[in-house]
Amino acid sequence: MQRYLISRFVQSILLLIGVLIIIFFMVRLTGDPTSLMVAKEAPAEQREAFREAMGFNRPLYVQFFDYAFGILRGDFGNSLHFRQPATELILQRLPPTIQLATAALIFAIVLAVPIGIIGGSNPGSFIDTAGRTLGLVGQTIPNFVLALIFIVVFAVKLGWFPSFGRDTAISVVLPAIALGVGSMGQLVRLTRSAVLEIRNEDYIRTARSKGLSQIAIASRHVFRNAAIALISVISVQYGYLLGGSIYIETIFSWPGLGNLLQQAIAGRDFVLVQAIAFFIAFFVVALNFVADMAYSLIDPRIRYGN
Amino acid sequence: MATTSESIQFDEYVEPTLWDRIAYVGRLLGRDRSGIIGMALFLLLVVSAIFAPVIAPHDPLQQNLRAAKQPPVWEEGGTWEFPLGTDNLGRDILSRIIFGSRVSLTVGFFGVLIASTLGLVAGLVAGYVGGRTDSVITGIVNLFLAIPYLVFVVVFAAVLGRSLINVIWIFGITDSPIFARVTRGEVLRIRESGYVESAESIGVSATRILFDHILPNLIGPLITLATFEMSAMIFYEAGLSFLGLSVPPSVPSWGNMVQAGRQLLQTHWWISILPGIAIAIAAFGMNLLGDWLRDVLDPRLRRSRN
Repeated sequence: MQRYLISRFVQSILLLIGVLIIIFFMVRLTGDPTSLMVAKEAPAEQREAFREAMGFNRPLYVQFFDYAFGILRGDFGNSLHFRQPATELILQRLPPTIQLATAALIFAIVLAVPIGIIGGSNPGSFIDTAGRTLGLVGQTIPNFVLALIFIVVFAVKLGWFPSFGRDTAISVVLPAIALGVGSMGQLVRLTRSAVLEIRNEDYIRTARSKGLSQIAIASRHVFRNAAIALISVISVQYGYLLGGSIYIETIFSWPGLGNLLQQAIAGRDFVLVQAIAFFIAFFVVALNFVADMAYSLIDPRIRYGN
Repeated sequence: MATTSESIQFDEYVEPTLWDRIAYVGRLLGRDRSGIIGMALFLLLVVSAIFAPVIAPHDPLQQNLRAAKQPPVWEEGGTWEFPLGTDNLGRDILSRIIFGSRVSLTVGFFGVLIASTLGLVAGLVAGYVGGRTDSVITGIVNLFLAIPYLVFVVVFAAVLGRSLINVIWIFGITDSPIFARVTRGEVLRIRESGYVESAESIGVSATRILFDHILPNLIGPLITLATFEMSAMIFYEAGLSFLGLSVPPSVPSWGNMVQAGRQLLQTHWWISILPGIAIAIAAFGMNLLGDWLRDVLDPRLRRSRN
């Protein structure tokens, strides 16, 4: 178990270094990053001054190591647009995004898992087909379109929920549902196929032949093994939700990280864009690592190195 | 045991004609209702895109300020001249939706073409050559797959600037790891099946093995994957358009249209919502098609192997 932990940890670190390299070079793809961040009409002296201040005239490897060590100290540079340290801005906007992503995921799980289990246990039934169609629609409708539909129906026409901001307690409902529907669709499909597969496994047949009741079978065996697949999927979904929040937060004016990213892009503030991109990637890698640990705890085969 | 003196009767083998093949596909479709829907929606998309100038009732770029902000025909104030209404500049929404399908289809088709080609080559090399090349390629693939897709794509698009070609390349490159992984998996599976080993042992050249054994078995899973990825690309392109990172605003694209109508959402919902529904229907149809393709292609492959 120790060895597995350590090797996964090292892998995660290497992954983060790779991500850092990619992000660092992405911004320099079109040559000098100055042209990205300073308006084209700006006079040459202004561009030169900018280049000097940001250190873009130094050799690439110097810039890279400077940036990397800065990150280790938690310094992502200063946002051009907001004239604040990027780290401060990110930490400010992080809690609302986590709140939104968590709410969305809870919504998705609470709806998807029961539908998936019932559907998988009674394949071909009405609930099954209805659930699968709902899941498919949820997956294919873009979340920003759904968000706009929600606003028109529930906020404007019915007036049940506010259409923007984070002021009231129920403000989170519409954004969370809009964000979570895509994940819900995927989770329904996965839960259903996991339940279907497991029901046909030998150990279920053994349990049934032993005379265990349906409920005992379901709770003790099916659920535990489905939980394995569910955990890895959930961690992937969480990462996806973090990324997908850019649309929902923009539409609902939700003061989170996604909104910040959209503003940074619109304002050509690539210092901030780099910072947010790396931060989200870091979060996702960390999440995957935690999921792997949880996974190895539940599935003994991984612990003892099969 | 006495042998019978009767010879076994074989039907004479007749090569299936093109019509036979089409009829066969038709029968396969007929068995599965969702397959028909998927195929119909896909054909609708293709026909709209190719014959847009012929089908669309108006010029999508023509502004008509007197007829601006008209509702769709089924609402009060709507006319059959503009069946789906007009936007804030008086442009016909139906025509713009039809022309918008061109952007979606082009991005989807060429994006998948690039992604599958890159992924196929990478996966073949990794799977067939093995060893350190395999480790390197797999490492790169895993790196790309670990980065949250949306963040990656959005930053790329922001850096490279608004153009259709950029978007196609971005999707082509960022989606190729999925194709590489699937290809590699299939290649490994086929290598272990014994065909390859026996061919190698009698001295068949590597190229012949590739073409005669490996590639035919790859076509099924790759086509299925391509269809699903195309659905995803339509989805993501709309998202990028919405953020203003895809085609320039002068080109009608579904995402652009949704973004343009946001200001008027509360009073003129159709400007944003109708293109949004178009996105959902297109992605939904491709998804159904992919499901059907997977059912048709895979079980046959698996049955023939067992």
